[in-house]
Amino acid sequence: MNQEIFKDNWELIVGLEVHTELATKTKLFCGCLNQFGNEPNTNVCPVCLGLPGSLPVVNEIAVYFAMQLGRALHCSVNRSVFARKNYFYPDMPKDYQISQYDLPTNLEGYLELPSGETIGIERAHIEEDTGKTTHIGTSGRISGADYSLVDYNRAGVPLIEIVSKPEIRTIEQAKAYVSELRGIILALEISDAKMEEGSIRVDANVSVREIGENDLRTRCEIKNVNSLKSLGRAIEYEANRHIGLYKNGESPRQETRHWDENAGRTRSGRSKEDAEDYRYFPEPDLVPLNPSEETITKIDQEMPELPSKRREKLANLTGVKPSDVALLVERNHDVFALDVIRRGGLPDQVVKHLVNNLSAGLGELTAESLAQLVQMENKSEITSTQAKKMLGELVQRGGTPAELATELGFEAIETNEIENLVDQLINQHSDEWERFCSGDTKVQGFFVGQVMKATSGQADGKLINQILNERSTSK
Amino acid sequence: MSSMVPDQYQSASEIAELVTTGEISAIEILERHLNHIEQYEKDVHAFNLVTIDEARAAAEETDKLIAKGERVGPLAGVPVAVKDNLCTEGIPTTASSKILEGWKPPYDATVVKKLKEAGATIVGKTNLDEFAMGSSTENSAFGPTRNPHDLSCVPGGSSGGSAAAVAAGFAPIAIGSDTGGSIRQPASLCGVVGVKPTYGGVSRYGLLAFASSLDQVGPFATSVKDAAIVHEVIGGYDPLDSTSIKQTSNSFLEVLDKDISTLKVGVISELMGGIDGITREVIEQANKAVSVLSAAGAQVEEISLPAALYCLSAYYLIAPAEASSNLSRYDGVRYGLRIDGANLNEMNVNTRTEGFGDEVKRRIMLGTYALSAGYYDAYYGKALKVRRLLAENFAALYKEYDVLLSPTSPCTAFKLGEKVSDPMTMYVNDVCTIPSNLVGHPAISIPFGHGQDGMPIGVQILAPPMKEPVMYQVAHTLEMAAQ
Repeated sequence: MNQEIFKDNWELIVGLEVHTELATKTKLFCGCLNQFGNEPNTNVCPVCLGLPGSLPVVNEIAVYFAMQLGRALHCSVNRSVFARKNYFYPDMPKDYQISQYDLPTNLEGYLELPSGETIGIERAHIEEDTGKTTHIGTSGRISGADYSLVDYNRAGVPLIEIVSKPEIRTIEQAKAYVSELRGIILALEISDAKMEEGSIRVDANVSVREIGENDLRTRCEIKNVNSLKSLGRAIEYEANRHIGLYKNGESPRQETRHWDENAGRTRSGRSKEDAEDYRYFPEPDLVPLNPSEETITKIDQEMPELPSKRREKLANLTGVKPSDVALLVERNHDVFALDVIRRGGLPDQVVKHLVNNLSAGLGELTAESLAQLVQMENKSEITSTQAKKMLGELVQRGGTPAELATELGFEAIETNEIENLVDQLINQHSDEWERFCSGDTKVQGFFVGQVMKATSGQADGKLINQILNERSTSK
Repeated sequence: MSSMVPDQYQSASEIAELVTTGEISAIEILERHLNHIEQYEKDVHAFNLVTIDEARAAAEETDKLIAKGERVGPLAGVPVAVKDNLCTEGIPTTASSKILEGWKPPYDATVVKKLKEAGATIVGKTNLDEFAMGSSTENSAFGPTRNPHDLSCVPGGSSGGSAAAVAAGFAPIAIGSDTGGSIRQPASLCGVVGVKPTYGGVSRYGLLAFASSLDQVGPFATSVKDAAIVHEVIGGYDPLDSTSIKQTSNSFLEVLDKDISTLKVGVISELMGGIDGITREVIEQANKAVSVLSAAGAQVEEISLPAALYCLSAYYLIAPAEASSNLSRYDGVRYGLRIDGANLNEMNVNTRTEGFGDEVKRRIMLGTYALSAGYYDAYYGKALKVRRLLAENFAALYKEYDVLLSPTSPCTAFKLGEKVSDPMTMYVNDVCTIPSNLVGHPAISIPFGHGQDGMPIGVQILAPPMKEPVMYQVAHTLEMAAQ
């Protein structure tokens, strides 16, 4: 794929629509469990099956979650009205989806990226999810399927759809937007936000224009993007497709396109021109949501610290790189890091361990343990290799570093003991020693390795190097 | 004229009292009604299904409770006919449509549940215009119901089966649904009492939706008192219906016998000749009702409800619009009829083409059109404005008047087949009843005299939301005078 997007005078315009499944105990309009992975059609009732005569009753927790997200995105939370979006599809039991239309819960906010740039949020509204259809047959699609199976367990699961303004200008921004939004959602604990499992689904509206143009050109909506990586690839492919068309004197037509991960391209879905008219109208079975001033105030007061604020706190400590700050906040390890540092762990060492050695999780490791371990390492009581090994154990089974070091026999080896070992080696391997002294650094590793071998890996690598250098200069 | 109407009705309250005190058993009451049904149902066709076995089991259960000295509800042993658009667990519920062929709901409508808890014996599911769309019960996939007062006439609709069942003495009580007059108009045509409660006053859970913002479940009875008793049983807050009202009303029976001398009654001039199509004899009866109320000491004045002129138009946009969405789910995928096709879309189309009748299709098309992009504001949006205007009209009037009065139906029962070919003439039947639905207010129709053809005429009392007690009070005064 050539990178036309970065050449010439083309500007990328992206708006993102992110659907998030809310982690409520029950569905949006009935008491059925909101649970992934159960036997098909077991979490169903007359309401989420849309049986004749059934009526929806809104889940207040879901509404609260939606308003929390709205406030976290600096939106105004308004009197809102559910609306019916009418279209026929077998995974939708009522053949209409209860969503929000002209009066959504959250309006006009913004999201701040780690870079400090902001992307406008148009709205964040509440709607119900559909069931899941599996088409049996060679095509795997509904056309040409032998038959199709529908699982309504997902039907009626609460979703929030967050619609950005078309203010995203680069692929990096698009990815950063989704990952920041994910971070906010995780901080609010309103969804597990797993893109791969579909609890976050991203559709990208992509268009291009020549720099300097004021109007937006025709956009295409890209669906079926399952990771941040595919999001980037899909946007890039689509932008280049548009540029290619314009260069040939053609234009893209407004349509929904599906990202094909294996083929690395988007494919035409249904055209928006002949797309259905959804005939939105206010849902008469539900009453408007009227959040009180007190509710909004309560949400604001109880707002957990969001990633941007947390990054700021961590970044204020010296010696922490911005990329590490972002990573730790994303992994939700920042609060832990601050705790360790407060207990006496040196910031750069604490962050180094968290970034490099604890990516799989903290397990049984406590902040106090990590602080102690970093201090031991700092006082050369243990080596960095030993520290790494100990971290593995502490994550697995907990305990204190001091006890663990004793148990593992990780006693600090006296400097003179290592000096003796180094001197012995110099005598035994005079050829190598000559090469080392004449500046062949390749044999340095040999000497370090031999000392490590003799001490069962317990010697401090830094110390060995220091001694080797002393001996060579004093020679 | 061949009348199937018994000389005298036994009231629900009387039956309940006899059954509760053990003077007569619930099963005996039931068998008497089943015999009556057996004898006349083939002519009237009030029912889609008579649930003989379930009814016997329910009556026996009531008798057992009474024998054990346990408490029974206010409708102990009272046979009740339920409109076939209300869900009954394990019992076919069809809305008189082919499209629901074979479907048995896995649950009871809240109203049905409450009736059972009150000790009622549900005797069957009554016929209706398909999905409650119609004013004559001729739009039923299972054939029309006939008016027990004259079998060549319609019973009105859409709850024609329920009205006819009560009029024919098949059951002292029936339940219907009223979206634009579907309880009150057939009550008027069949000479029984019919009530549309305040919107939100009776749960809609388990009612097969026609137009959700207008639908309301209510009772048919042979007396105002019976209607009020049943209304109390089926009414009240239901957490399963978001539009259900939490606020509780005073007992509907509290002021039933009180004199009305302190009340002010407004007579809606637009419905007393102001709008074309309302027959002279119907207006005359309404005027007689006015005289009765005046004589009873009420202050009666002619008033104007200007928005009444636009109600029919607004209704025939809003109701079909909601219906077009509500009826989408009948697509052949999950339940009921399925006519296969080459692909999904064809299967949907074939099923709906075969499953729905003409009037239902007409309204789905009307509603789909009214909601379409580019037309929404001109049609649906405008209709909502009429609704608001009407609400303002009513609010202003109710500052001064306790209740309003009008005819219920513009004419007496018409002949079968007389209006089926002209939907507009049929729609005009609802002109007096629709305003209450558009604003969600309660209204009652009570039999008040007869036309030259000997067929019953009804008078309607309209009241502000949740003011059913005064509505029943005024209706009771008229009922006393009519007898």
